[in-house]
Amino acid sequence: MIEISLIAVPLLFAALAWVWPRERTRSWLLPAAGGLHAAGSGWLLAHPSAPAPGAWLGFDPLARAVLPMISLLFFVGSLYAVAYLKVRQERPNRIFVFALLILLGFLSLAIQAQHLGLLWVAAEAATLMTVPLVHFNGTARAFEASWKYLLVGGTGIALSLLGSFCLGYASLNAGGNGDLTFHALAGQFVNLSSDAARYSHPWVVAAWVLLLTGYGTKMGLAPMHTWKPDVYGEAPGLVGALLAGGTTTMAFVAVLRVKQVIDAAGGAEMTQRTLLAIGLFSMLVAALFLLGTPDFKRMLAYSSVEHMGILAVGASLGGLGIWAALFHVWTNSLTKGALFLSAGNIRRAAGTANEKEVSGMAWSAPLSARLFVTGLFAITACPPFGPFFSELMVVRTAFASGSLFTAAAFLACLLIAFFGLTRLVFAVVDGRPHVATRANASRFRETAGVILPPLAFLGFSVWIGLATPPVLSGAWTAVENMFMP
Amino acid sequence: MTNALNLFIGLAMGLNLLALASSRLPSVIRAAALQGMVLGILPLLLQHEFDWMVSLVAVGTIAVKGFVIPHLLRRALRAANIDREVKPLIAFVPSLLLGAGATIGAVSLSGVLPLRPEQAGSLLVPGSFATVIAGFLMLVGRTKAISQVCGYLILENGIYLFGLLLINSTPLLVETGILLDLTVAVFVIGIIMDRIQKEFDSLDSSKLTTLHE
Repeated sequence: MIEISLIAVPLLFAALAWVWPRERTRSWLLPAAGGLHAAGSGWLLAHPSAPAPGAWLGFDPLARAVLPMISLLFFVGSLYAVAYLKVRQERPNRIFVFALLILLGFLSLAIQAQHLGLLWVAAEAATLMTVPLVHFNGTARAFEASWKYLLVGGTGIALSLLGSFCLGYASLNAGGNGDLTFHALAGQFVNLSSDAARYSHPWVVAAWVLLLTGYGTKMGLAPMHTWKPDVYGEAPGLVGALLAGGTTTMAFVAVLRVKQVIDAAGGAEMTQRTLLAIGLFSMLVAALFLLGTPDFKRMLAYSSVEHMGILAVGASLGGLGIWAALFHVWTNSLTKGALFLSAGNIRRAAGTANEKEVSGMAWSAPLSARLFVTGLFAITACPPFGPFFSELMVVRTAFASGSLFTAAAFLACLLIAFFGLTRLVFAVVDGRPHVATRANASRFRETAGVILPPLAFLGFSVWIGLATPPVLSGAWTAVENMFMP
Repeated sequence: MTNALNLFIGLAMGLNLLALASSRLPSVIRAAALQGMVLGILPLLLQHEFDWMVSLVAVGTIAVKGFVIPHLLRRALRAANIDREVKPLIAFVPSLLLGAGATIGAVSLSGVLPLRPEQAGSLLVPGSFATVIAGFLMLVGRTKAISQVCGYLILENGIYLFGLLLINSTPLLVETGILLDLTVAVFVIGIIMDRIQKEFDSLDSSKLTTLHE
């Protein structure tokens, strides 16, 4: 019942937001829905129950391992949203609030979906709901970003549909009865006769290629990451935080669910190799682009591409690697929350996000600049922040499994990314403010509403890294066991 | 049964080439719409006995792909006051040749992917792959937003064609969800096109070049 309410409550609040008559108070619906959602998923985290096999929807170990993070991200983000929409009163917020709530509902649906088709429908709907969020600012640049997001994201989601069909057909060829729940799919490929295997295997390979490309586009793995810099650069900071922590996590869950089926169908070696290759490639591409990008919001997009690569590498290592990847989902998303929200503040204080026009933000927006710099050290894996511990876990797993090349390439990419990130962050924070940005900065106020949420994210990042609550590590171990043959 | 099916799929494959070769936007829209309607009829051919759910989906598909979406696109066309794709990134003859090559490639590729006995000899798989590639070519090779949307529709048509392989075994709820998503997608695309038109005074996506490294 609570499982369903995680989907229904945001959707009901979305309907309420649509009919809500007052612009000024509408934004309070966000923390109200976010609070209920967080309470629900927190309760389910503490009281796990196995979903019925064959159910289309359920709070299974994988949902339990990530959905509470999205709740937390949304709830803290929604408190920021109230303050943000208050300073952006010139923009009508009905569609914005509505789309945010629908997004939360569909993310909850996609992550709890136990059915290949239902997962696709929810993922597609969540993608579409992001579009109005991206062009909230209504500028020409925002429309350009929305258009590119629609085309690239739409193609990606179309390919994942084609992949879902291939997987469905593979299961028919393997003697399946058309039941497309993940549980049934994984079971259908066990103990195949050589004839059935011959008929189904090519389809399994095709399905994996298409599904990894499709959901990988959504995750933002290179080379399908091209929408990310444009969208993160133009969307409000809050939307960037929800995309980088929520939508990408949903896509990662989709990849893991598909991987589980493909592994059962005898493709374990293939999924490992492709995930490792695409993961390291994403990290490398992101690190190289980080050295050159002049825009600090686009910088966060490349950082996100890098961290999606880390997730793919973790998942490719299997076993403890999956545990580490889920750990990293939490630490990366919460740290990114702090970075996006503080970057949004700096962007508002400066009026632009380009390094050529922005400097001396330590003067114009002192608290946000401090948060931004702290967030920088957190995301580049400096202790005591969470990403340090989760990335350490990935490297240790790589060493333990004897993949020295993986570990070395991983660390090299992290180092390059560190140079790129620090270069740009200090260019923005240090120095004297540009004359052109001063008028903007004098109108900017660092109220508690825009400072405390990113601070809270940093606090969570430290907490989850230093003292991982046993209930969380237990949830991740449950997923790790799901992937054990 | 397979003959009638293959006839319709062949027709859809021909419409791919027509859409790729055509520079006039109304005929591209017409090709995509006609293709959607042809594909909408296919589920009726594939079922052995009358099933009202399948028929409902078929009628829904024909209505949405054949009438609703083309109507939206024609309205956008009138608002933008354009008629032709002037400077495509991939010119018409090369894209036609690529499309034809993709059709041949799809037919030979589908030899590698084994079909179930009851579907052996049908063109569903090659037709689907050829249509997906044709749609993709239009998506990347054209600069007018409306051509790109038509490319997206053709891409979706190809996937729909593939979905017919599964129509007897999967619940139609999924297919209905897909149709709904597609409608909403085009609706959202339409709104964005409208805004781009107002903002840039054109529907030429090659003008969208501010965002880059």
